[in-house]
Amino acid sequence: MRVTFTANGRRVEADDVWEGESLLFVLRERLGLPGSKNACEQGECGSCTVYLDGEPVCSCLVAAGQVQGREVRTVEGLADPETGLDVVQQAFVDAGAVQCGFCTPGLVVQSHDLLRRNPRPSDNDIREALSGNLCRCTGYEMIMDAVRLAAARAGASGEVSR
Amino acid sequence: MEFLRPATWDEALAAKAEHPSALPIAGGTDVMVELNFDRRRPSALLDLNRVGELTKWESGRFEGQEGEVIRLGAAVPYARITRELSAQLPGLALAADTVGSPQIRNRGSVGGNLGAASPAGDAHPALLAAGRDVLVEAQSVRGTRLIPIDAFYVGVKRHSLEADELIRAVRIPVADGPQQFSKIGTRNAMVIAVCAFAVALHPKNGTVGTGIGSAAPTPRRAAEAEEFIAGELAERGLWQSGALIGPAATRRFGELVAAAASPIDDVRGTAAYRRHALAVMARRTLTWTWDAYTHSLRSAA
Repeated sequence: MRVTFTANGRRVEADDVWEGESLLFVLRERLGLPGSKNACEQGECGSCTVYLDGEPVCSCLVAAGQVQGREVRTVEGLADPETGLDVVQQAFVDAGAVQCGFCTPGLVVQSHDLLRRNPRPSDNDIREALSGNLCRCTGYEMIMDAVRLAAARAGASGEVSR
Repeated sequence: MEFLRPATWDEALAAKAEHPSALPIAGGTDVMVELNFDRRRPSALLDLNRVGELTKWESGRFEGQEGEVIRLGAAVPYARITRELSAQLPGLALAADTVGSPQIRNRGSVGGNLGAASPAGDAHPALLAAGRDVLVEAQSVRGTRLIPIDAFYVGVKRHSLEADELIRAVRIPVADGPQQFSKIGTRNAMVIAVCAFAVALHPKNGTVGTGIGSAAPTPRRAAEAEEFIAGELAERGLWQSGALIGPAATRRFGELVAAAASPIDDVRGTAAYRRHALAVMARRTLTWTWDAYTHSLRSAA
């Protein structure tokens, strides 16, 4: 079947989509958007997190046909072509929150959503927001640092990207 | 495989009548796991995401139920139940907040929990505890059938829906007393319950509701424990006095809850552990709800 939707502000179309295929597969294999990572395929790890109509979801658990006509924003859609990385992405770089990098896209999207809703999160808020994102390298401390840094910078300069 | 994409509820019912073996999908948090792992190949997927009324809830009065009722659309995501309904449905809101992770709670819903009918579904104990008059609203092109929650679960991952029926909503009486939910897992997020327990005090009719999860082939009520504690509260005039229930009755309640379960040994825990944990959770949640009740009694006086 054919699926048409908006990805990062651009109208996209995928053909010959299998009816049981996930949004994640369509993004990575059909649309050239490999930022969202494929790890567990069961919603356990959060590395495929994308915005669907403004809500973060595991794209491995969304059937491709369900996004017909809807808006998807992936990690590729957070940076601004003019001004560069989103404040959350830059904070992950500066805090050294990236080791192997596989979990990073999901963590960046989920942290971005947290700061959009709650610009001054407590450590507990951060832990709760990231509880569905697994990282097997860092031990999470650098990730906590990155989110605190992003919150401080976003607070100083406005906010995370819209 | 076909992908059926009804735009309205009537179209969805027509599609289900025409394709009785179609598998409904809303949040996808259960269905997609089965597809991704080749565990299931339904003849068709019936996507319910475009049916707007499934993600709405309303409050009102409905035939066959006393007092104010929340008619919860089948696909209202857990995150919204916690945000919007924690005053009206406190037990279900607590259970909803323990489901998976934030991403899962943005998609998963009570209709999906009911459709999967897993004994480990987090919503079930809270629905059972909310009362025997909780009704699952099943619809088909033939009409509407209201299934009492106690008659809904019929076996491991089996429910009492007919092949042409879809879950439209669940009708849940608004809480008239404190409610609690408790769940055992290896961490706070992303766990399938080792076992779970919900309790609800119903001071209006002097009953206590319970629900056991992950400790029997189906979610189940601890009927003897409910009768026992309702009897204690009535005989000793505790609903009026607000005095302590006391350790003997609380312990007995826990024992009866544990006895109502028929758990098995599996990868998540042993049967003996589940029984023990249920007794502990039953004692604690009863104490928490009773403390809240006596507090409300005193602040009303």
